[in-house]
Amino acid sequence: MAQLVADQVPPHEPSGGHGHADAEHAANPYLAHHFDTPKHQFDSGKLGIWIFLITEILFFGGLFCAYAIYRSLHPDIFVYAHYYLDTFWGALNTGVLILSSLTAAWAVRNAQLGEQKKLIFNIVATIALAFCFLGVKYVEYSHKFHEGTLPGRYFNPTHEVWELESYQKAHGQHGSATAAEGHAAAGHEAAEPAGHAAPAGGEAKQPPPGAPVRPRNVGVFFSIYFCMTGLHGIHVVAGIITWGWLLRRAIRGEFGPAHFGAVDYAALYWHLVDLIWIYLFPLLYLIH
Amino acid sequence: MSDHDHENGHGAPASDEHGHSTEISHVTPVRMLIAVWGALMVLTVITVGVTVVDLGSQTNLVVAMTIATIKAGLVVTYFMHLRWDRPFHTLIFLGSLLFVSLFISMTLLDKSEYEGDIQEMYLKKGQ
Amino acid sequence: MTSPSATADVLTAPAESDSDSYLTHDKGILSWLLTLDHKRIGVMYLMCVMGAFLLGGVFALLLRTELLTPGRTIVEHDTYNQLFTLHGAVMVFLVIIPGIPAALGNFVLPLQLGAKDVAFPRLNLASWYLWVIGATFLLVSLVTNAADTGWTFYTPYSTTTTTSVIPALFGAFILGFSSIFTGLNFITTMHKLRPPGMTWFRMPLFLWALYSTAVIQVLATPVLAITLLMLIVERFIGIGIFDPALGGDPVLFQHFFWFYSHPAVYIMIVPAFGVVSEIFPTFSRKRIFGYKFIALSSVAIAILGFLVWGHHMFVSGQSVVAATIFSGITFLIAIPTAIKVFNWITTMYKGRIHLDTPMLYALFFLWVFSIGGLTGIFLGVMSLDVHLHDTYFVVAHFHYVMMGGSITAFLAGTHYWWPKMFGRTYNEKWGRIACGLLFVGLNLTFFPQFILGTRGMPRRYYNYLEEFQGLHQLSTIGAYLMGVAFVITAIYLLGSLRKPMDAPANPWGSNTLEWRTPSPPAYYNFHNPPEVVEGPYEYADWVYDKRTRGYQRKASHDS
Repeated sequence: MAQLVADQVPPHEPSGGHGHADAEHAANPYLAHHFDTPKHQFDSGKLGIWIFLITEILFFGGLFCAYAIYRSLHPDIFVYAHYYLDTFWGALNTGVLILSSLTAAWAVRNAQLGEQKKLIFNIVATIALAFCFLGVKYVEYSHKFHEGTLPGRYFNPTHEVWELESYQKAHGQHGSATAAEGHAAAGHEAAEPAGHAAPAGGEAKQPPPGAPVRPRNVGVFFSIYFCMTGLHGIHVVAGIITWGWLLRRAIRGEFGPAHFGAVDYAALYWHLVDLIWIYLFPLLYLIH
Repeated sequence: MSDHDHENGHGAPASDEHGHSTEISHVTPVRMLIAVWGALMVLTVITVGVTVVDLGSQTNLVVAMTIATIKAGLVVTYFMHLRWDRPFHTLIFLGSLLFVSLFISMTLLDKSEYEGDIQEMYLKKGQ
Repeated sequence: MTSPSATADVLTAPAESDSDSYLTHDKGILSWLLTLDHKRIGVMYLMCVMGAFLLGGVFALLLRTELLTPGRTIVEHDTYNQLFTLHGAVMVFLVIIPGIPAALGNFVLPLQLGAKDVAFPRLNLASWYLWVIGATFLLVSLVTNAADTGWTFYTPYSTTTTTSVIPALFGAFILGFSSIFTGLNFITTMHKLRPPGMTWFRMPLFLWALYSTAVIQVLATPVLAITLLMLIVERFIGIGIFDPALGGDPVLFQHFFWFYSHPAVYIMIVPAFGVVSEIFPTFSRKRIFGYKFIALSSVAIAILGFLVWGHHMFVSGQSVVAATIFSGITFLIAIPTAIKVFNWITTMYKGRIHLDTPMLYALFFLWVFSIGGLTGIFLGVMSLDVHLHDTYFVVAHFHYVMMGGSITAFLAGTHYWWPKMFGRTYNEKWGRIACGLLFVGLNLTFFPQFILGTRGMPRRYYNYLEEFQGLHQLSTIGAYLMGVAFVITAIYLLGSLRKPMDAPANPWGSNTLEWRTPSPPAYYNFHNPPEVVEGPYEYADWVYDKRTRGYQRKASHDS
């Protein structure tokens, strides 16, 4: 009967025995000893990064669950609170991240083809766009701090919803295309367009007729908003650090057709960061 | 190592001196990258534009999520390479979404069952 | 009986690998702290886990001592709360969850698979460091007014108590990532590093168990991570996500927490199933019965384990609809579990049983785990759970499965693989004595707790009615007996390390691949990847050799 051959003779050379395996490992310093070929190593890393991405999906999944629960049980809070968000910045950030996904995917292609200069360019572009994203978030967050639209118990807005431009655009103007049917704001409807008050604090303290009453616990929305975008932002920072490290390696010419796994895996991570924002954007900014 | 489009996706030297194939992975053509990016931008514009139309908050949510899912599908299939990757990766990716929805749905089911009690309590206490 | 070295007969003399085993290959503490060798990482985990077990065990003895009398015995009530919290947190997060996969799995997996290492050796080392960092944070909590919330950190108490909860939460958070990365590594290794001929259904059952466990680790642990993170944020800045006054919901915490923690208990027990699945056939000299059923039942348990978390919440205000669904699926999990139990028993039937220490622990496991598992089903019945929830019945149930299940199997595996890991045999006589002592101690500690529970003694209570004192005292005596058993075990196991290496390559006559290497193995595992042509539980070709006191493979009798 055939037997198992587990050769226990100590090797004379470091990884003895097979000429092929030797040559592979000698020719490619990036090929680890426990993989047979570069493709083997790449495939294994690919599976590894996909499993990691799955853990990230489950990680964010918890927050999406919290979102789903609070939104389905308190839709009034969400509709009311979303006026405090500026769709413009959200959409801009979406565009920024999508573009950065392009540059990341392009960088992978560059690495696979050994196009060193283009690789460096695309990595730099991705990092720059990531910083743009963070910059916009900084603008948004600081705005919220000034406006007092903070999570939970700290929610204390300096302006009521009906004073905001975003609300007035949606409700307040004569002949506005966004006539106010069906805005589910705690069951109230903006039945008539009201004269719009100046958005900045002034004497517009009198709520116009049909303006929504502030529901209890609006802070919940901002708890979720800050948790989700905050965690997402932390992942963007981690991405920047990763790309920075890859930039250093790319400048040293470490990537090429036989060795580009790290770029590929980082790009996959980056696309996931983009994916999560693709869902966050409509869920947080486009509620109506 | 040229940078013209590789339509067939081969980007690496086909074999080394031992005659082993060293092609490691499919290379995405530039045109495809840009096309996908373009589609994503268009869909983003649509997502925002569609908010002008109000179909009731339930339907609005469904429309927004549908567009988001199409965008996500494009990113996952093309940018993240699943179209040319092993089917196993697609399987585990979809599987994880299944688990997330399991978690969300059971928790939502439970919460919605007793939410009525909580609202009643608030009403009794008075606003 | 010896054949030329070109064939598969591995070792004629035991100690010839002394000069170049993984233990001696590199010297100095940095060669351990910066190692990428899965075997060394496994050994480091083993030592760390044993240390953590000592710490958790000391907490247990302290709290059992306190419970000798109602009212104050040795500590105040606040300290008592801290003791059971840290006992639980240390045991769950530092010992049982990492335990078998990290300490034994890391060492055994590549060898049993026939690979040179795990897929991502650096990630493996990182997992160990994360364990150390997580442990450090738990220790920080311990020495700075330790958390007193119970290891389950339920809101609203965990968000309002003034004890040192955030370090404990952060420690558990870090440990979660240690677990995730280990699972990730194991899954990739089993998919990508199998040698020629090692098909999925020729893999040893320990590997199937580790794979199923890894899937759970990867899917469930991130949810724990986000839960703990939300709790930290809540404590830190009070955003109200679990606070009803701010529109939040404390029961939501329980959903989030148990979505991980129920699958977590399967992380704790499925590797144990894997260990005994190796031991029963080996020590019965008989192929395991129902290999495919055991393999696939591990997967079934992993999946079903995700669908039952609500059975921890029957009395938390959970809706009846949800509770019913969770209860029904809980009953289902008994089926794959029972399949395993019956298959193990059938494996032994008409086998040639060898009652060495690993087998004694495996038999111990079979008995005690069955009791623990069955009582879990009792708790899954809603009408019973209403009375038994938060009583000592629950405490007895989970100690029977965690201590009697996971730890016993961990001991079985440690004794089984000890000669392979360290090249030394331990004292068999003391092994049997300690095992017997532990068996008596465990049952004495926890069986009275079933009775206490049905009579209404609540868990986590510092004070209790006079009528419960007798049973509490029995339980405490049992705990001390267990302590003695563990001390004896530690002494003879660690003491064996001072002997010269005397272990043969295959002391137990097992057919899995790790036994084809010397004891201890060379740092590179296998010079050439082995070619696998048969299943893992074939024993016909192994013959006992009195001289080496191990098994040798029969000389090849074909061309």
